[in-house]
Amino acid sequence: MINDTVVELSRWQFAATALYHFLFVPLTLGLTVFLAALETVYVVTGKQIYKEMTQFWAKLLLINFALGVATGLTMEFEFGTNWSFYSGFVGDIFGAPLAVEGLMAFFMESTMIGLMIFGWDRLSRGQHLIVTYLVALGSNLSALWILVANGFMQDPQGAVFNPITMRMELESFSALIFSHDAQAKFVHTSIAGYVTAAIFVAGVSAFYLLKKRHLELARRSFRMATIFGVLSTIGVITLGDALGFIGAHAQPAKIAAMEAMWETEKAPAPFNLAAWPNQDKQENSWAIQIPYLLTPLLTHTMDTELPGIKNLIAHNAERIKNGIPAVEALKKLSSNPNDAAALAQFKAHEPDLGYGFLVQRYAPNQDVSQATEANIAQAAQDTIPDVFAIYWVFRIMVALAFLMLAFFILAVIYSLRNEVEKHPWFLKFSLWLIPVPFLACEMGWLTAELGRQPWTVYNLLPTWMSASSHSVQYMVFSLIGFVGLYTIFILIEMYLMVRAIKQGPDQHDAHPTPSSGSLGGSVLASGAAPVHAKALIVDSTNKEV
Amino acid sequence: MELYLGLKILWWLLLGVLLLGLAVMVGMDMGVGALLRVIGKTDLERRTMLNAIGPHWDGNQVWFILGGGAIFAAFPLIYATAFSGLYVVMLLLLWSMIMRPLAFEYRSKIPTARWRNIADWVFLISGALPMIIYGAAMGNMLQGVPFHFDWDLRSYYTGSFISLFNPFAILAGVLSLMLAAFMGAAMTAIKTEGALAARARSVGSLAAFIAVALFAMGGAWVASMHGFVLTHSVDPALAQTPLTQTVERVSGALLAHYRALPILWIVPALGFIGMVLGGLLLRVNKPAIAWWMGVFAWMGVLGATAISLFPFLMPSSSVPSQSLTIWNSISSQHTLLWMTGFSVVFVPLILWYTSWAFYVMRGKVDAGKIEKDPHAY
Repeated sequence: MINDTVVELSRWQFAATALYHFLFVPLTLGLTVFLAALETVYVVTGKQIYKEMTQFWAKLLLINFALGVATGLTMEFEFGTNWSFYSGFVGDIFGAPLAVEGLMAFFMESTMIGLMIFGWDRLSRGQHLIVTYLVALGSNLSALWILVANGFMQDPQGAVFNPITMRMELESFSALIFSHDAQAKFVHTSIAGYVTAAIFVAGVSAFYLLKKRHLELARRSFRMATIFGVLSTIGVITLGDALGFIGAHAQPAKIAAMEAMWETEKAPAPFNLAAWPNQDKQENSWAIQIPYLLTPLLTHTMDTELPGIKNLIAHNAERIKNGIPAVEALKKLSSNPNDAAALAQFKAHEPDLGYGFLVQRYAPNQDVSQATEANIAQAAQDTIPDVFAIYWVFRIMVALAFLMLAFFILAVIYSLRNEVEKHPWFLKFSLWLIPVPFLACEMGWLTAELGRQPWTVYNLLPTWMSASSHSVQYMVFSLIGFVGLYTIFILIEMYLMVRAIKQGPDQHDAHPTPSSGSLGGSVLASGAAPVHAKALIVDSTNKEV
Repeated sequence: MELYLGLKILWWLLLGVLLLGLAVMVGMDMGVGALLRVIGKTDLERRTMLNAIGPHWDGNQVWFILGGGAIFAAFPLIYATAFSGLYVVMLLLLWSMIMRPLAFEYRSKIPTARWRNIADWVFLISGALPMIIYGAAMGNMLQGVPFHFDWDLRSYYTGSFISLFNPFAILAGVLSLMLAAFMGAAMTAIKTEGALAARARSVGSLAAFIAVALFAMGGAWVASMHGFVLTHSVDPALAQTPLTQTVERVSGALLAHYRALPILWIVPALGFIGMVLGGLLLRVNKPAIAWWMGVFAWMGVLGATAISLFPFLMPSSSVPSQSLTIWNSISSQHTLLWMTGFSVVFVPLILWYTSWAFYVMRGKVDAGKIEKDPHAY
């Protein structure tokens, strides 16, 4: 028997750990590309300042990268530990892109990042540049494969159910990797990473410009971030639009929820600029509408009809009824794979297998054969995700994207007029903008993954069935463990990041410091002057005890 | 031989390659971490040890990540059943592993003794615990784990968390830790000089000799244990689930293949030779060859385990007939073909650029430079 609480706790844990991981991913994606650009300028122009810039931003990258790697390990484990039914059911397809990510991308990125940091004196300029390129390529290829895997969850392409092995199996690898959803989402996500890095670099540079420190580095960084950012922000919005277009075909319920569209409106449908969705009553308590806008926005046509939520529910109830015999047939095939009648029954109802699974949650004894009309109606309601949450997280993401676009347009104008530093308010704005892209990325994740509910694999496998059969105690234990560890991690990370930013680039050429003094000196500088002798690493501890 | 059967066996071997890569490369770094407080007496010595693997630990760790991903892709049912069944153990493994990257990146960024001391303890835990769990997991596989399946292959683990740390599993865990300590010590001896290297050599050879004793004890123990025998099953070349076979527990069955094919004794013998020669070579200051002996030691230990279990991967001690074998837990032919293609291209590439990275960073760690380099660990 499947326990609702265990499923719910597994979902919370996944959301918490994935959102946390996704705090570090976009910055890595963008900063590695930014570093590649900086180092290219260094190699082409030979100007020392660009080497210093590369090294400085690499230092910040590494602080971020460590947590990205650590929290990524969790994700790699979590499908197996907490979502074991999901892993067995679609592992034949879903596992492959994860493994290829390791083989093709993550191995390269991780091996090269060591050389990137430690290889400056051991590699020629050209070699080091290639190493930096490979780090950037590796991190972006990682994103590609992860999003191919995610694309399968959103719009399962290239797979077929095998009743002999009782699981989904790969049918076409090219269909899997060239899924429109995966491709568009890869570009959307990696460019979102570039935007994140651009805002981050601009914000930190603005901090130095405000403090009148490291001006040379800050000016050049700010300018490069501006170019990088304006292009990326336009790209991210364009691809977001493409995703909406793809979603309109593949995930009508998600799109209907994103737009709080309860009824099927005559095309061209109105656009809900702002609304207060009420899921119980299946209506918007109020809405500010712009007529005719939604249909062209989503479908890029004027006459394509978009199904409303109520229609989708009615349609899905039929699919559930049609799916129940598929599940019943599978049960027979499980004990006797050669049962021809059962196989025929399964084949006849196969397209609605996932919908048959949906009713298991409400059926007496979790047995679909005993499902009543009321159970089916209940399951059909479930096929619509949380409209209020999705409607608003989506809108917050879009609003933040346009805020960033406005910022970058302003930054371009001020940069062209060479007056960025004349506007302290703008520099402060830039600094305060640093959290915004991170927040926007999280909202994007929520839109995509909340909107996918009630499925882990769209139309195929309900979330409710996907979790492992653990006890509630186990799930509480692991959730507490993660929250505790991750809280400590983020505190240390923020502390080190702020500290590294305050310290600024290493100016070992300009101000040579004696090796032992640098340690003691930095302790004093960081405001820990009255430390006990024990707390200081002084020269004596470096001698053998 | 039929294509699917060939692919199944190939991926069983590749699984071995992955587990070997994980044991050797991650194990080495874990060994350095676990020995940090043992052989590194001063902060500078510990930093020297960390910088010996500093440029490489990130890459090495990917063996672990790739191991997870490849098991997911090639043996999804093993991934699902083992990772969820051994839940608390997996969490302990994971939690200790995720503290390590932070200890690496953050340890030397804050110059207080207390902070670095905390980081060194993290290295100890995140080095020793995962290796003990790695070995203990293998030990549990040899004994079988209590789990069973529903009609739709939903798995249920029915044992307790503590039962995973039974005496045999602990022995296997300590063996794994000793091998890791040996590899870590050998790497430290390769990359450092003077008293630190000398301490690494003596601690490393001690670890190798303890490993010899543990491996011998484990072998004797295995001889008397209950193994698993497939008595009725679907043709291995066909797709199947663990619901359509019968399995019996037979005393001494874990050595059945060795009795049938005595040449297989070469594999555990390779392990012994690797450990003994490794220990001796480290003693006479040949750390690089000793390190390679460690690779053979791991090959012997993992190979011997795999042969004992074949064709099982994860036997069920509670419902033996639902045991997971190579034949019934593996991916489809189509997936395996694609994965093989990617592996043929990328595994040699990985080995090549990993070697290149070690070549670029060759030579002893310069302790003097560590203090000046703001990027040093």
